[in-house]
Amino acid sequence: MRGLLKSMGVTLSVFARKPVTRQYPETHRPLPERDRAFPLLLWDENLDEPFCTGCHACERACPVECMTVLMKDNPAHRSQGGTSTRRKIIDKFWIDYGRCMRCNICVEVCNFDAIGMNNTWQGHEQSVYDRADLIQDLPQLLAEHKAGDVKPWIAP
Amino acid sequence: MTAPFTHEHEFETQDLMINMGPQHPSTHGVFRMVLQIDGEVVRDVIPYIGYMHRGGEKLAETMDFRQGIGWMDRTEYLAQHNAELSYVMAVEALAELEVPERAQWIRMILCELNRLSSHFMFTGAFGTDAGVFGTAFVYSFREREVILDLFEEISGDRLMYAYFRPGGLAWDVPANFERRVAEVLKSTKQGIKDMDGLLTENEIFRARTVDVGTISAADAIDWGCTGPVLRASGVPLDLRRTEPYLYYDQVDFDVVTGTNGDVYDRFVVRVEEMRQSVRIIEQCMERLRPGPFLPDRLPRMLRTPPGEIYLRTEAPRGEYGIYMVSRGGNRPYRLKIRSSCFANLQALRDMTIGSYVADAVVILGSLDIVLCEVDR
Ligand code: SF4
Ligand code: SF4
Repeated sequence: MRGLLKSMGVTLSVFARKPVTRQYPETHRPLPERDRAFPLLLWDENLDEPFCTGCHACERACPVECMTVLMKDNPAHRSQGGTSTRRKIIDKFWIDYGRCMRCNICVEVCNFDAIGMNNTWQGHEQSVYDRADLIQDLPQLLAEHKAGDVKPWIAP
Repeated sequence: MTAPFTHEHEFETQDLMINMGPQHPSTHGVFRMVLQIDGEVVRDVIPYIGYMHRGGEKLAETMDFRQGIGWMDRTEYLAQHNAELSYVMAVEALAELEVPERAQWIRMILCELNRLSSHFMFTGAFGTDAGVFGTAFVYSFREREVILDLFEEISGDRLMYAYFRPGGLAWDVPANFERRVAEVLKSTKQGIKDMDGLLTENEIFRARTVDVGTISAADAIDWGCTGPVLRASGVPLDLRRTEPYLYYDQVDFDVVTGTNGDVYDRFVVRVEEMRQSVRIIEQCMERLRPGPFLPDRLPRMLRTPPGEIYLRTEAPRGEYGIYMVSRGGNRPYRLKIRSSCFANLQALRDMTIGSYVADAVVILGSLDIVLCEVDR
């Protein structure tokens, strides 16, 4: 009987504590800066083009091979009469979010800090009705950072 | 399958075969056992595993050493840091890498915190198995969540951390690490006290667990049990003590053992182990100094010389070993994971035969299996 009362005591003592639960879809827990949702591409505001040069480093390092990268000559490069210092630039980019295991390796291998992990709740809430919709193309991957909605944390 | 067991009765009876799982709330994953029962008494148990088999060992052989770390998380999804640790330590031993001191201490802290979160998961799930439905489960999840939040702040992910690297850590811990660990420990201590008060002396809980699923020390050793299951039978085998890795030889802690080897002892051993983990973390925090978290010279693509190694560490569920063969190159030629849960699960039949059907669930719960680790 003593043990039972002790158990009840623990249960009762919890009434006096602050609740730890949240009403999830309405209230979101603040996410830490380093949170990793899915990778997205970053936008170079100074030159008004993506940072990504299409160097394929991330594509080769991805453990689940969920990325596809195509590069092209940069039409805005200096030699073409533009202002950019990037000779090559990304042409097409797909990431299959359905396969990505969010391991952060693509961010680590990128030499241009052109890719980062989304650390917002939009990055986590990716439910779709069709799996094919999880394949993100270049405009989708760039949109969020271009609009200034995310500030990914990239390990120094 | 064994022949139906018949009993001396006034009339002839036949044993009943019932199927439990694979989709069953108490099988902790996808696990099936066929119970041969005579009334309420279990006469035989036939476990079926393999529902979660993903070919993990082979898959890891196609991945280089950095890519493989993410995979290790997925084999042992309740003690990811411990699983990663075995893997990176095996690679380090093959490649003869020096790991900076700070990285080692942080690894130790994270592994012990992971042990805490894993044991919280156990106490909660086990309480549910034993009939303390709901209360124990949500209380322990509340405590576990605090630890996972800390992991998320450090590594960025709640479950699949991929944070250790051969040679050290992926990046340094945040600046407020020490304060956050202190906060977590404070709530964890309260949590351990809560779980202890809720279950350890509870008469209903004791009635369900004492002298249930007993296994003797000799049998446990024969079956290859490790971790709390073995220690509950009174064998003081803890790899952190018997063959120290990291800096476990420099910290003070007790190896917790039970006496009976029953389900209750397995529970008590784990609760006591949680207290020891808190002790270890507190000592680690005192020894933690600023410094590098990766060796100075690390090649961009790590290659190991030919060789082979078996390296084992004490994960929350027992000995988690990595056998790795390298033929040179940037990926293992052969990788074998020695899963503690797989070995512990072998003893299930011995423990269950002769007990009641309702106890089968409690005994399975007391082994604290992770089916992803069993099947890999
Ligand atoms: S994201 Fe970085 S690594 Fe990947 S293709 Fe672009 S520049 Fe190369
Ligand atoms: S996070 Fe990992 S799995 Fe996802 S795209 Fe990057 S490298 Fe591939």
